[in-house]
Amino acid sequence: MTTTEKPDYKVVGTRPIRPDGVEKVTGKALYGADINLPGLVHGAVLRSPHAHARIVSIDTSAAQAMPGVLAVVTHADLPVVSDKALDMGEGISTASDMSKNVLAADKVLYRGHAVAGVAATNVHDALSALEAIKVEYEVLPPVLNVQDAMREDAPLLDDSRHTKTPTGDLSDNASNIAAHTRFEGGDVEAAFAAADIVVEREFDTKMVHQGYIEPHNGTANWNSDGTLTVWTSTQGAFAVRSALSELLKLPVSRIRVIPMEIGGGFGGKIGLYLEPIAAILSRKSGRPVQLTMDRTDVFQATGPTSGGHMKGKIAVKDGKITAAEVSLAFEAGAFPGSPVGAGAMCMLSPYEVENFKVDAFDVVVNKPKVAAYRAPGAPNASFCVEQLIDELARESGADPLQFRLSNSAREGSRMITGVAHPRIGHEETVQAVQSSDHYQSPIEGPNRGRGVASGFWFNAGMQSSVIASVNPDGTVNLIEGSTDIGGTRASLAMQLAETLGIEYERIRPTVADTDSVGHNDVTGGSRTTYASGQAVYEAGLDVQQQMVSRAAKLWECETEDVEYVDGSLRHKSDSEKTITFAELAGKQMETGGPLQGRGTVMARTPGAAFGVHLVDVEVDTETGKVEILRYTIAQDVGTAVHPSYVEGQMQGGVVQGIGWALNEEYYYGEDGRMENSSFLDYRMPTSLDLPMIDTIIVEVPNPGHPFGVRGVGEVPIVPPLAAIANAINDATGHRFTELPISPRRVVEELHNLQ
Amino acid sequence: MPTRRTHIQTNLNGEEVDFLCEPRQSLLEVLREELGLTGTKEGCNNGNCGACSVIMNGRVVNSCCVLGVEAEGAEVTTIEGVAEGEALHPLQQCFLEEAALQCGVCTPGFIIASKALLDSEPSPDEGRIRHWLAGNLCRCTGYDKIVRAVLKASDMEEVSA
Amino acid sequence: MKEIDYLAPSSLGEAYAALQTGKTSAFLAGGTDIIVQLREGRKQVDQLIDVKHIPELVSYKWTDDGGLEIGAAVPFAEIYGDAEIVHRLPCLIDCATLVGGIQIQSRACFGGNIGNSGPAADTIPALIALGATLTVGSADGLRDIRLEEFFTGPGQNVLGSGELIVKVNIPPQPANSGSFFHRFIPRNEMDIAVVNVGARLDLDSNGERIEGARISVGAVAPTPLYVAAAGDALVGEAPTDEAFARAADIAADAATPITDMRGSIAQRVHLTRVLTNRALNEALARSRED
Repeated sequence: MTTTEKPDYKVVGTRPIRPDGVEKVTGKALYGADINLPGLVHGAVLRSPHAHARIVSIDTSAAQAMPGVLAVVTHADLPVVSDKALDMGEGISTASDMSKNVLAADKVLYRGHAVAGVAATNVHDALSALEAIKVEYEVLPPVLNVQDAMREDAPLLDDSRHTKTPTGDLSDNASNIAAHTRFEGGDVEAAFAAADIVVEREFDTKMVHQGYIEPHNGTANWNSDGTLTVWTSTQGAFAVRSALSELLKLPVSRIRVIPMEIGGGFGGKIGLYLEPIAAILSRKSGRPVQLTMDRTDVFQATGPTSGGHMKGKIAVKDGKITAAEVSLAFEAGAFPGSPVGAGAMCMLSPYEVENFKVDAFDVVVNKPKVAAYRAPGAPNASFCVEQLIDELARESGADPLQFRLSNSAREGSRMITGVAHPRIGHEETVQAVQSSDHYQSPIEGPNRGRGVASGFWFNAGMQSSVIASVNPDGTVNLIEGSTDIGGTRASLAMQLAETLGIEYERIRPTVADTDSVGHNDVTGGSRTTYASGQAVYEAGLDVQQQMVSRAAKLWECETEDVEYVDGSLRHKSDSEKTITFAELAGKQMETGGPLQGRGTVMARTPGAAFGVHLVDVEVDTETGKVEILRYTIAQDVGTAVHPSYVEGQMQGGVVQGIGWALNEEYYYGEDGRMENSSFLDYRMPTSLDLPMIDTIIVEVPNPGHPFGVRGVGEVPIVPPLAAIANAINDATGHRFTELPISPRRVVEELHNLQ
Repeated sequence: MPTRRTHIQTNLNGEEVDFLCEPRQSLLEVLREELGLTGTKEGCNNGNCGACSVIMNGRVVNSCCVLGVEAEGAEVTTIEGVAEGEALHPLQQCFLEEAALQCGVCTPGFIIASKALLDSEPSPDEGRIRHWLAGNLCRCTGYDKIVRAVLKASDMEEVSA
Repeated sequence: MKEIDYLAPSSLGEAYAALQTGKTSAFLAGGTDIIVQLREGRKQVDQLIDVKHIPELVSYKWTDDGGLEIGAAVPFAEIYGDAEIVHRLPCLIDCATLVGGIQIQSRACFGGNIGNSGPAADTIPALIALGATLTVGSADGLRDIRLEEFFTGPGQNVLGSGELIVKVNIPPQPANSGSFFHRFIPRNEMDIAVVNVGARLDLDSNGERIEGARISVGAVAPTPLYVAAAGDALVGEAPTDEAFARAADIAADAATPITDMRGSIAQRVHLTRVLTNRALNEALARSRED
């Protein structure tokens, strides 16, 4: 549905076949593990069997002497790096933390932490060599959740870490709390005292993984001239290049990162794991080296997202939310950097809340260092807030959507950061759900229930650059540097076609390597169609402008007399003089040589995304199993460039949220071992666990983008956890405050099993 | 160390092919490393995701759970053998038209598994498709568009049949 | 994976001979367990014996008295693709259609599921309920074993080092008999059972009195359990909710599960009761079908 009049686009809003589609359905597309190079050898990584231990010694001599083994590396082979902050686009880390995460230095901080790498003539020999590496550990007690880690007597992951407090000072005592952030506004005490209704609850969530199907990989060739080429499946080739430059102390210009097709990321393929190890193995062996993870490595040693503990209290007076006090403590994993701040800033943003106090704790624990995962931090935080909102609506006797509508944020409402919302579409999105067939159809039957929840995500802007090369036959090569995870080659080519007024089929987009296009930040934060789209638009305008000059030259008139309309150049006052885009493209030699448009942006006006979800469930109260009967998602996307892929993002995000709500979790033993590190026991949803996911596209254009684009990909994962919990509460009368709401939890809580 | 390699002959995508492999190598490893057919993907290497699906002697299997040596005398179809020349299989066409792929890494496995379904049951309903594809994990799409693509392809096949 | 030898004997005799060489062996049928176990280092052997070229292991047949003999390596997909088996032994289909996904069912087989001897194996409670026996063979000849007497611990069984499972024998089922296999998993496919239950009810000709009953429960003990007492308690009773509830309580009392990533002790005991009840009701319904 469109809520605002939008221009009559010719390409934007259509559903063409994606440019990379045929290669992907025929098996010809090359992903990171698919490349082969002359002389390529394979490697393997030795990983810590302990969750927390000091490394006393590592002896690699026996491994080095084994047949087929070409090189063995440990942390000692990496240069010493500084504490310089590295902004990877979604999440900031320091160079030294990243280096220690790539290969453990003095301590291993989680089970699966990389300790050494081996390159050998084949992968079986490399794996055998791992067994010959002798590592002596002094095993230390692990801390496995935030509450244990925050205790004063907790074992410390790093004796030298002190808490960065809200004032900016460091705490006196060393701590596992890396940072404590506070947001405060209004008078919370007074508002709670004056309230009609106050609800207060505690919530817990578990660490979960993005679950992309393609394991991490990295292939490196350290050339004899001291340059390094890296092939990898990454969300950001430029982020990989800058991080490699810091970790390996190589000038940026000597590193070329070639982004391969990427088999899913969701935020988890931004950080570096294998690439630096492959690089130093290549340097030592003189051969190109390929490393790939197996699924257990992916679970144990990449970057899932945080579990945590939350405590929330919200007040209502006269039907209006008057105060919120929320404390969030999120697991960062082995090194600081959980998304707790983002979660804190998102969770209340759908609403107007005048009085608030929000505390956010970033806590290190003996688990893998977390990475971004689709709207990082927001789903967990919303699991807390949106259940409290549901409870307040119930206690107020209000319809949960009407309650959200009457408390909705709108243009000018301030978020807890103090920033005012620009034009946003939360109200329109709530209304879209209210008028949906799903909401209008009553839910009936025993043990069935309905739930709703709202969600917010900022969406990111950041830097993008593209080149549009016009060919003499009127086609255009679009060279861009944003990894295409879910169809952005299509959405960018469509925006260029729209800008130039030519057919989509005439644009051929390519994701180039870091030597071949200007800087592009990561594909993350739902930024690519928005920000790279803006760069594409700039490049299109650049082409238009150059064509106008060339037409003026042809017609021997002033450029002011020429206009670019619908893919043609026209003389404003002489209707005889027109030339099409293709015709003029064919006259490049006569009009000044090769024609290339450029677009570079530092996009600063992303449009925030809101989603409202509606779900019906049926609970088998005897077995504890929850079935999703029907699911509808409405989301303000600004403008849907390719509606099919917009719907796909919405559906995919919802289903990840359903998995998170019902079954997914890192299940740890007391020794800090993740016991379910396989797709068998991690239990992501299969096709058989789901109904069709109905989508309602709401379009409230982002005034900060030429076609009104907001980001799409992230916010769909924000509401499902709470929406499903609210539906289960509706079905059973029991409120589940701990994730996952697995059959085990449901039967244990409903039947009071010990 | 010289490893013992066995000579295997198999019918791969309609052609007689022979290769050498060690008994410990999976069919997946042989396809990707020895035969250069990288369209078959590794997602988990323990039979839980379906990304490495191939059709072997008429049945869809996880090639990570088959040894290369077991392919002796077998008929194997991989994603590279689904299209006929430039003509895409209806499933491939429908996956494109229905936007049934995002990252695309699970796509070869889904197309192979779906082909095995339509080869034996030309008009499955939604429930049957969801049941059949439960061994193939996709993390991007939420399966909605995949199921629609298979339904559409089954309609096309009926028309052409 | 470590280096390994691969043999593909084409007769039982060749297979027995391969077992006499002094090398450690594992059998390869569907490969869906053994290949992964070897790759992940959970098992190590010198040689893999592919049994799929032995005729007796890859065929099945009805016996003259109405029983079914299934070669140990016949894939599940072949079993549930047979309309007569679907009609006559639906309980067998219950389990054969839910081991893994389609890709697994194309290869996995009863012999593998039994030989692997996992406490949560999905075909075993169904087969125990049906009263199945195993025929195992060695150079010394063949012997039959009641399935419930085969298992000795997680991954362990009475199979001798020179023996292999040749076939699974399902005896003829009485006229007014019905069997059902029920599994609980958190998803709808692709999981290991939290609890699974096989139940068989033999009724008198009027369908009013239970003449025999067999109940087997998996994933609640080191081996799949045959809970004879639960079945015995039903004999002579009318097939009522109360009688089923008593049997379900006995089954639950027999459960001695552990807590792990797949379920807790309390959940599994609870589910044993729920699933036994449901399986009995479904078995009853089947006993009344043609």
